[in-house]
Amino acid sequence: MSIGHTLLGLLESGPCHGYDLKRAFDEKFGHDRPLHYGQVYSTMSRLLKHGLVEVEGIEPGGGPERKRYAITEAGITDVQQWLATPEKPEPYLQSTLYTKVVLALLTRRNAADILDTQRAEHLRMMRILTDRKRKGDLADQLICDHALFHLEADLRWLELTAARLDKLAEVVVK
Amino acid sequence: MTPPPGSLLAAQELRKAYGPTVALDGAEFSIHPGEVVAVMGPSGSGKSTLLHCLAGIVPPDSGSITYNGRELATMSDAQRSALRRSEFGFVFQFGQLVPELTCVENVALPLRLNGTSRKEAERTALTWMERLEVDDLRKKRPGEVSGGQGQRVAVARALVTSPRMLFADEPTGALDSLNGERVMELLTDAARSTNAAVVLVTHEARVAAYSDREIVVRDGKSRDMERVV
Ligand SMILES: Nc1ncnc2c1ncn2[C@@H]1O[C@H](COP(=O)(O)OP(=O)(O)OP(=O)(O)O)[C@@H](O)[C@H]1O
Ligand SMILES: [Mg+2]
Repeated sequence: MSIGHTLLGLLESGPCHGYDLKRAFDEKFGHDRPLHYGQVYSTMSRLLKHGLVEVEGIEPGGGPERKRYAITEAGITDVQQWLATPEKPEPYLQSTLYTKVVLALLTRRNAADILDTQRAEHLRMMRILTDRKRKGDLADQLICDHALFHLEADLRWLELTAARLDKLAEVVVK
Repeated sequence: MTPPPGSLLAAQELRKAYGPTVALDGAEFSIHPGEVVAVMGPSGSGKSTLLHCLAGIVPPDSGSITYNGRELATMSDAQRSALRRSEFGFVFQFGQLVPELTCVENVALPLRLNGTSRKEAERTALTWMERLEVDDLRKKRPGEVSGGQGQRVAVARALVTSPRMLFADEPTGALDSLNGERVMELLTDAARSTNAAVVLVTHEARVAAYSDREIVVRDGKSRDMERVV
């Protein structure tokens, strides 16, 4: 995720201190990974250098945490452009799992076991996310659903591959 | 062969063939009170056959099934159906509601069959319909409600006798993911609150994620994934 664009977008609703920006970020997007202060200040100084934000005021006491930032016109344009640009879909073509399965077949190990073990691991994660979703608010639900759908896609691949192991073995072990 | 200690329902070495087709080939199963176990695996692998055997609907060719310390095979047909009526609940993918009855009459039906008075049965039925958030449908007939609503009514009916075992075969198979998840949430909440054990057959991982653990059935053989990892 682009932290710069996210902080910039948060600033669009009004000028803010670095500390408040961090809090807003953590509350809305940082469920698992809150920002470090260092990240906030290095990001803000980069945005400042590029003219996307400006310092609206510095409160006495010194130190960077006292700076109050405001977004500039250039900053608003930048956020607009970022939102309008679609994210590149992940091609997911470099699958470690595929490699493991093929290697297992090549070395005459049990490939079905690898798939079963992976399925159990995926389901374990899906249970944790499902539980969190049940107890959480709408934001939790949406974030967990995103992860759950991806894990489900992996599992469908595992299932399909398990059903095609004999064929794959014929192709791989020549 | 003794069932695992503390298990409510356990099966060992189950075999079942339909003519030349081997549906179960040494399947094992066990479940504790209050546990939700997902039964997963490819189509035709024997999941439904396993569920039917466990519930005493279909007799296995060989192997043992013990419910609450009693071997199902040693019971008479009448004893087994009494057990199904009073201690087991069932939810299937489609068409389990009686179309001529209203929803509340459908939910009350298992209690009526057990001899409960109409008034008493419908009162209990309504509390379950409230829990499944379908009490406003009480007067409607199954043909007049949506698939998701009908499925919640079916879950209420399965739970109305407070069964100790709930058997669910693809209970969300005909629903979209939002409705399917709501049904799973309500079903597992309700089962947990009554300490019922749930056997949940599904091929959907997102549905299985509502379980406590899963077994995988392949070619009639079961695999307990907890013992693998
Ligand atoms: N009543 C029956 N008569 C004949 N064959 C049957 C019968 N019931 C099941 N079978 C066969 O037994 C095997 C296992 O069937 P089962 O219904 O248990 O599979 P399943 O895992 O539930 O599949 P699905 O995911 O498609 O529901 C299949 O080959 C099926 O064709
Ligand atoms: Mg089936």
